[in-house]
Amino acid sequence: MYPDDLRYTREHEWVRAAGRPWIVGITHYAQEELGDVVYVELPSVGAHFAAGDEFGVVESVKAVSALYLPVDGEIVEVNPQLEAQPELINDEPYGQGWMVKVAPSGEGELDDLLDAAAYRRLVNELRA
Amino acid sequence: MSYAPNTDADRAAMLRAIGAASIDDLFADIPAQHRDPQLDLPPALPETDVIRHLHALGARNRTSLDLPMFLGAGFYRHFVPALVDQQLLRSEWYTAYTPYQPEMAQGSLQAMYEFQTLVCDLTGLDVSNASLYDGASALAEAVLLCRGLTRRPGVVMADTVHPAYRAVVAAYTRALDVDLRTVSAYRRQGARLTPDLQPLADAVDDATSCVVVQRPDVLGMVGGVDPVVEAARLHGARVVVVVGDPVTMALLTPPGALGADVAVGELRAFAGPPAYGGPGAGMFATRAELIRRVPGRIAGRTKDLDGRQGFVLTLQTREQHIRRERATSNITTNQALVALGAAMTLCALGPRGLRQMAQQSLTNAHRAAEALQRAGASIASAGPYVNEFVVHTPQGARQTLDRLHRQGGVLAGVDLGRFLPGLDDMMLTSATELTTAADVAALADAWELLRDG
Amino acid sequence: MDSEPLVHELSSPGRRGVRPPLPQFQAVDPADALPASEIRADLRLPEVSEIDVMRHFLRLSHRNHSVDTAMYPLGSCTMKYNPKVNEVTARTPGLADIHPYQAEDTVQGALALIFELEALLAEITGFSAVSTQPSAGSQGELVGLLAILAWHESRGQTRTQVLVPDSAHGTNPATGSMSGLQVVNLPTAADGGIDLRDLDERLGPNAAALMLTLPSTLGLFERRIQQVVERVHASGALVYCDGANMNAMLGRVRPADLGIDVMHLNLHKTFSTPHGGGGPGAGALGVQPFLEAFLPGPRVVRRGGGYALADVSDDSIGRVHAHLGNFGNLVRAYTYIRSLGAAGLRAAADGAVLNANYLRARLADDYDLPYDRPCMHEVVFAGTRQRRQGVRTLDIAKRLIDFGIHPPTIYFPTIVDEALMIEPTETESRESLDRFVEVMRQIAREAATEPDTLKAAPVNAPVRRLDEATANRRPDVRLASEFGG
Repeated sequence: MYPDDLRYTREHEWVRAAGRPWIVGITHYAQEELGDVVYVELPSVGAHFAAGDEFGVVESVKAVSALYLPVDGEIVEVNPQLEAQPELINDEPYGQGWMVKVAPSGEGELDDLLDAAAYRRLVNELRA
Repeated sequence: MSYAPNTDADRAAMLRAIGAASIDDLFADIPAQHRDPQLDLPPALPETDVIRHLHALGARNRTSLDLPMFLGAGFYRHFVPALVDQQLLRSEWYTAYTPYQPEMAQGSLQAMYEFQTLVCDLTGLDVSNASLYDGASALAEAVLLCRGLTRRPGVVMADTVHPAYRAVVAAYTRALDVDLRTVSAYRRQGARLTPDLQPLADAVDDATSCVVVQRPDVLGMVGGVDPVVEAARLHGARVVVVVGDPVTMALLTPPGALGADVAVGELRAFAGPPAYGGPGAGMFATRAELIRRVPGRIAGRTKDLDGRQGFVLTLQTREQHIRRERATSNITTNQALVALGAAMTLCALGPRGLRQMAQQSLTNAHRAAEALQRAGASIASAGPYVNEFVVHTPQGARQTLDRLHRQGGVLAGVDLGRFLPGLDDMMLTSATELTTAADVAALADAWELLRDG
Repeated sequence: MDSEPLVHELSSPGRRGVRPPLPQFQAVDPADALPASEIRADLRLPEVSEIDVMRHFLRLSHRNHSVDTAMYPLGSCTMKYNPKVNEVTARTPGLADIHPYQAEDTVQGALALIFELEALLAEITGFSAVSTQPSAGSQGELVGLLAILAWHESRGQTRTQVLVPDSAHGTNPATGSMSGLQVVNLPTAADGGIDLRDLDERLGPNAAALMLTLPSTLGLFERRIQQVVERVHASGALVYCDGANMNAMLGRVRPADLGIDVMHLNLHKTFSTPHGGGGPGAGALGVQPFLEAFLPGPRVVRRGGGYALADVSDDSIGRVHAHLGNFGNLVRAYTYIRSLGAAGLRAAADGAVLNANYLRARLADDYDLPYDRPCMHEVVFAGTRQRRQGVRTLDIAKRLIDFGIHPPTIYFPTIVDEALMIEPTETESRESLDRFVEVMRQIAREAATEPDTLKAAPVNAPVRRLDEATANRRPDVRLASEFGG
């Protein structure tokens, strides 16, 4: 559910920092809470954001959630499949349901994010 | 008088179940000094008396049965088939509410979907909502859509857009960062008026979010909008077309084909008599890519668990009950019943019936203009028109209209002086398929009487 | 139940429906009157007969639930009986077949009706002036906030915020945004009211107004209303009241007496003009004397023994309707008030409050009651107990459909988990309420013993649950145009 190789935010985004650029999406927990994702609004390539900035929104039938970028950086790619198939976010939140690729401005801020174990604890608290 | 069915015995039993001594106890949270005011209202009237009273009020108004009327200017009397009101009196339509529970509202939802389809086909645009309050607020919403889309402050508005519509746009945008500019879109030479949209095109710049034109315009005329559309494209602005009399859509190039991004208008005329201006049904249609910015309800087609066709309210995340302060609009209630009536009329008439109505409106207006000319009037409309034209009234429109009413027994038009500065010697005269040859004769006679008297 | 085809699918080329009136003159060819470039080429509309249209829409109507069908306890919507006499009076030719631009002396009856209705609503609410121009409550809100801003401006003040409780209807924050204001969220106190300390913290030189729903969306009357009003006024801000719930207060309290500055009414809720399948409604806005000049216009005034339309003053926020609002609905609301009189209106509030409290008492054993105290016209339960049994409030709502009862408002107010917001209105009888109670109790039992029955519901409806995800992912909002003419 929460792969060990990812870092997580308390707002339920994940970031994969295995190489450059970094990849960002929302977690299994987030997609489950939203229910059927029907639409996602993503930024333009080239947009800059600071960590914690809202970079888009994800919508289910009856809810709208803001998306917050986990790190400072520039958007270098957005997932082109999500416009036609937003359900990929439900089906494969860590795979084909990724949202944006980011060229990070620095390295250090990854340390501010949760590792998988800490994120699992957060989810368990929220589910309690 | 009350429509509450419970008896004293019911109320006593219910209070016992609640554990309250009296109904007064249930209102204990209201500050005592303000509780239970004495309302000074007229006594309750039984059904017969209230009908008599309302009939008496109605009798203090003159209707189109009492005297010929040539009044239009945004509100039109058109033929509405008898079946429409029979349907609108069905409880299942008029005592339902917004279809929040789609399984119990398939009738309303499918009718909305059909209405949306009809509006798209009439306007030549891709998507429609299920209606807004009226044509004027629909225009205000269109302006807000373009502002949100382009993030530009400028609105370039033709002065030949109905002045009440312009005023509603001004009210809706008064607290926002909007630069609303009204630009002349007609020319007056002597007693002749022609559409001239070039100044409008010239006013569009890179700060313009949208340019607004009306067709036919508030002078009844149809000007070529191509330069305006071109200017908008050049500067990345959007084009909003206000439809004048909706019946003219059967004859005129549809807004979508002209290059409009949004078409708005008032569809009341397809659902019933003018009813002193409301309730109307605001039409709102736009391009497919803007669907998530559309205000108001939209019905969508889908399937149920068994694979049967069904309908739901869709894209609700646009709306205030979910997005709250970030919604596309605060609108909740729309004008579903009026829109339903309009849909029925369009279906009952069909393409030939509607076109026939539009052609007869055109014919009747042109014949009325000819008859006035023969009676000595000078027609000011120098541009093409469908079913409304401008008559020069050298004595002043207000005075002339007043005399045509008092001496000639006709309501011959609208004083354009109340709409546009410098036109107080012009009146706007309107005809529809409901205008009779006798009405036209009465109008010409009244004019002659005035001339001779 | 079989699906009803789309009207476009009934179309048959060449079929004619209703004929328009006969030509009066020799036809003018549109090609002679209009440039060729302005004439449209094709017109696609269904080609169906009159009986096709009649039957199609009649069959569609059968697929609707309505107040006249059975109980419709949709919270915050006041789905009360719509008296039939209203429809008769609204169709009086003298009140229906009149045009906005008729000379004033030919519409004296219409002007008198508007003038009198505004006066009646002023008397009922205590405000000094009422404008019936807004088309619905949300437009009334917009007018109200714009008027408040204009008043601040007239005093040389620019205020940029509006305070909105988290229990508010979504229109309140949306209206705040449309008025260019920053929306500041006000949390609800444990007792369901406003926390005065939270209020004080948020009131400041930037607060233009507090938007308050009274009674609140929890169905509760704000017990600290006087302290709230005093504090708001002391900060220089004004109190806007969302009057969607006025039905609870008719003849019991006049909101203006509480110090509220501006308030809209939903004539389609409290004053029985029908909901029309989603509209038209009608708003009306009441204000205290110092705000009168800011009301929209034109306004109906008395002049020389009759009535006239007065242009707006320079202070007015302008107009929000092409003419004077939803006049047809004003006729209905006027009819209603004249039918009921003062005692009848108060009986309506009493009946509404009694009925809601009756449901509160009788369902308290079966559903959680987050705010357990006497309510006003509506009661908010929570389906939290049932959720622990694996059933959601949505399932409870869908199961009600099988019993022919319209579900309450659900998941609102959002501050209540699994909310069920029930507004029976005064026009339901005790027997009708008892049946609702029996059905709700049965559903509670089913939630415990056979939850799958709830999850599969409805089965007694024209359609089963619908695939909303696909409807939103790939919106099909119109028939593609291969059909039609």
